[in-house]
Amino acid sequence: MEKNELIDMYRQMVLIRKFEDSAGEMYKRGKIGGFLHLYIGQEAVAVGFISAIRPDDYVIGAYREHGQALARGMEPGRVMAELFGKRTGVSKGKGGSMHMFDVEKHFMGGHGIVGGGMPLAAGMGFAINYRETDQVVICFFGDGAVNEGAFHESLNIASLWRLPVIYVCENNLYGMGTAFERVSSIPQAFRRAQCYDMEVESVDGMDVLAVREAADRAVRLTRRDRTPRFIEAITYRYRGHSMADPGAYRTKEEIREWEQRDPIPKYRHYLIDQHIATEQELNDIDSEIDKIVEDAVQFAEESPEPAPEELFEDVYA
Amino acid sequence: MAVMMYRQALNQALREEMRRDPNVFVIGEEVALYQGAYRVTEGLLQEFGEKRVVDTPISEEAIAGIGTGSAMVGLRPVVEMMTINFAILAMDQIVNHAAKLRYMSGGQLKIPMVIRAPQGAGMQLGAQHSQNLESWFMHVPGLKVIAASTPYDAKGLLKSAIRDDNPVIFLEHELLYTMKGEVPEEEYTIPIGKADIKREGKDVTIITYLRMLSVALSAANALSAEGIDAEVIDLRSLRPLDIDTLTESLRKTHRAVVVEEDWPTCGAGAEVMARLQETAFDYFDSPIYRVTLEDVPMPYSKNLEKSAIPDEAKIINAVHCAMGQRCQLPIRRPTEEIMQVEAKEEEEVEEQEEISRQ
Ligand SMILES: Cc1ncc(C[n+]2csc(CCOP(=O)(O)OP(=O)(O)O)c2C)c(N)n1
Ligand SMILES: [Mg+2]
Repeated sequence: MEKNELIDMYRQMVLIRKFEDSAGEMYKRGKIGGFLHLYIGQEAVAVGFISAIRPDDYVIGAYREHGQALARGMEPGRVMAELFGKRTGVSKGKGGSMHMFDVEKHFMGGHGIVGGGMPLAAGMGFAINYRETDQVVICFFGDGAVNEGAFHESLNIASLWRLPVIYVCENNLYGMGTAFERVSSIPQAFRRAQCYDMEVESVDGMDVLAVREAADRAVRLTRRDRTPRFIEAITYRYRGHSMADPGAYRTKEEIREWEQRDPIPKYRHYLIDQHIATEQELNDIDSEIDKIVEDAVQFAEESPEPAPEELFEDVYA
Repeated sequence: MAVMMYRQALNQALREEMRRDPNVFVIGEEVALYQGAYRVTEGLLQEFGEKRVVDTPISEEAIAGIGTGSAMVGLRPVVEMMTINFAILAMDQIVNHAAKLRYMSGGQLKIPMVIRAPQGAGMQLGAQHSQNLESWFMHVPGLKVIAASTPYDAKGLLKSAIRDDNPVIFLEHELLYTMKGEVPEEEYTIPIGKADIKREGKDVTIITYLRMLSVALSAANALSAEGIDAEVIDLRSLRPLDIDTLTESLRKTHRAVVVEEDWPTCGAGAEVMARLQETAFDYFDSPIYRVTLEDVPMPYSKNLEKSAIPDEAKIINAVHCAMGQRCQLPIRRPTEEIMQVEAKEEEEVEEQEEISRQ
C-alpha cells in the first residue's frame, strides 16, 4: 500500500475516535437526543473495509454507524448536524444517530432494527447483478443480528443467487448486555454462516492492517467471482451499548484488557516503527482532526432546526 | 396505599402472579441478567431463577413462537418484546398462530399468553423506534389488547391478563415507566373490557388511553377554567372495547373527542368513532373529532417530533370544535394535501405531452 493510503487509514480512525468522543460529550450536554451508540473501539473495522472499496460500491450499516459514515467520507459537520437534529444534517434531521444516509456517497443507512439491513444488502446485490456491473456491497451488522431470521434468509439467498455482498459481522462480544456465547449455539459467528456454503473468515478487528488485508481479498474475489462472503471481525466497544447502559454485565478488567489492544495507538506505533510516518506528522494529523471535529460541532450548533412544515415532507416520493 | 412507579407496579404484578402460579414464566430479550431494558423485570431473576426468567437471543419471531407453543401445552408465558417496534418481526407467530389456534382447533386449544411491550414516542428515537401499533393488534380476532395508563391500572390489568386464557397484547408506554401513582397494598385485579371514567364531566367526553390520558386530563383541567366540564374516559381495554360506558357518557354529554397517539388512518380512534355512530348517533350534537399523531413516520429532530405528537393545545382545540366554538377545524391531512398536489402536477405534465404530440 502507498504511504498516503496507510496514513489516511490512521487519519480516518482518529477522526472517528475524536468525533465519537465529542458526540458523547454533546449528548451529555443535551445537544443530542434519543439513542446514541458510539463506535469507539471498533474503528479499525469500518476503516479497514471501507478504505478497500470504490466510490461506486455500496455500504450499509446498522445503528452503530457514525464510524462507517465518516469512513465513507461523509462530511463530519453534516453527520454531527444530524445528531443535533438540524436541517443541514445528512438526513435533514429526520433520521438521527441511527439513520445516517448519504445516497450520493453510496452510504445506504443507518438501520435501527437488528438484522434489518441484511436483506436490503442482498437486494442491492441483486440489483448489481441485474444491471451487470461489477460493484460490491459491504453490509455491517452486529453479533446480535446473527440470531434473527433475516440473517439466515439473506445469507441463503445471497449464496444461492451469487449476490456480490460482503457480510461483515462486527462481533464486539455483546448485544446490549448479553454476551454472544450466551445466545449462540455456536460461539463463532462465522460458523453460523458457513452452512450456507459461502467463504467465511474471522479477522482481528482491532488490527486495521489485518482487516484491510481481509477486505482487499474479499473485495477482489467478490468482484471477480460474484459470490458473497462472510467476515467476522472480532472487536470490542469501549463504551456502553448506548449512553444509557449501566454496563454491569462486563468487568472493568475485561475492558482494560481490551484497551491494551486499542487499534489506534497500535497502528500509530506501527507507522512510526516502520518509518512510514514520524511522530510529528501523526501529531499534526491529530491536531488537524481536533479542528475538524470542533468545526463539525460548530457547524451543527449554528445550523437551523428543520422548519415546522418539513414534518410533512418526504413521506412520499 | 403505596406510591410507586408504573414499572414497579408491573414488576409487582409479575412477582405476585409468578408466586401464585408455577406455570407463569417470563421470557424475552435482556429480561433476566440485565434486569430488563426498562427495568420492569428487575429482581425477578434473583427471586425466581433462570428457569422462570429467561433471556433469549434477539429472535423475536422465535420468542413469540416459544411463548405460543409453550402455552399450547399448558404454560402461561409472559413474553416481553423490548419495544412494540420489534414485535413487527414476530407478527407471524402472533397473528397467524397465537390468535388463531383456539378457533382453528375447534376450541381444543387455549393460549394463555401475555405479550407485554412498551410503545410510543417522545424520546427522539426516530421512525423505527417510536411507533404506536395498537390498531394492528386490535384488528385481529382472537387477540385481546390492553393499554394501561396509570400504575394502578398497570398492576391490576397485568394480573388479569396473566390469568386470562387468551393471547393478550399488553401495551405499555416508554414515557410512563417512571410515572408515580397509588397502588393498593392488598390484592386486586381489574377486569379486561371495562373502561374507566377518570374524570366526570357533563359537557363533552374525551375518550383516550395510555400516555394520552394524562395529557387529556390536563387539557380537561384547562378547559374547566373556561367553563367547559369535560368527562375523561380511559379505555383501558382496546379489544374488547367497552362501548356501553362510552355510549352512556355520550348520552349525557352529546359531544366527544378521541385522543390517541397512533396514526389516524385505521387507528384506534377510527374504530371508537365507527362504533359510537352505531350505538350513540341519536345523542350526537356535533361530529366527533379526533386528535392523533400526525400522519407521518416519526422524525428525530426534537421540534418536529414534538409537533407530531398530540398535546394539550390540540386537545383543547378539538374540544372547542366539538362544542361548536371557534376552532381550527380538521382539514385534509397535510400528507394527503401534498399527494394531491403532486398528482395534479403529474397530470399537467401528461397534458403538456399530449399537446406537444398534436
Ligand atoms: C429487531 C430488534 N430487536 C431488538 C432491538 C433492540 N436492540 C437494539 S441494539 C440490540 C443489541 C444488538 O447487538 P449487536 O447486534 O451485537 O450490535 P452492537 O450493539 O453490539 O453493535 C438490541 C437487542 C432492535 N433494535 N431490533
Ligand atoms: Mg454486539
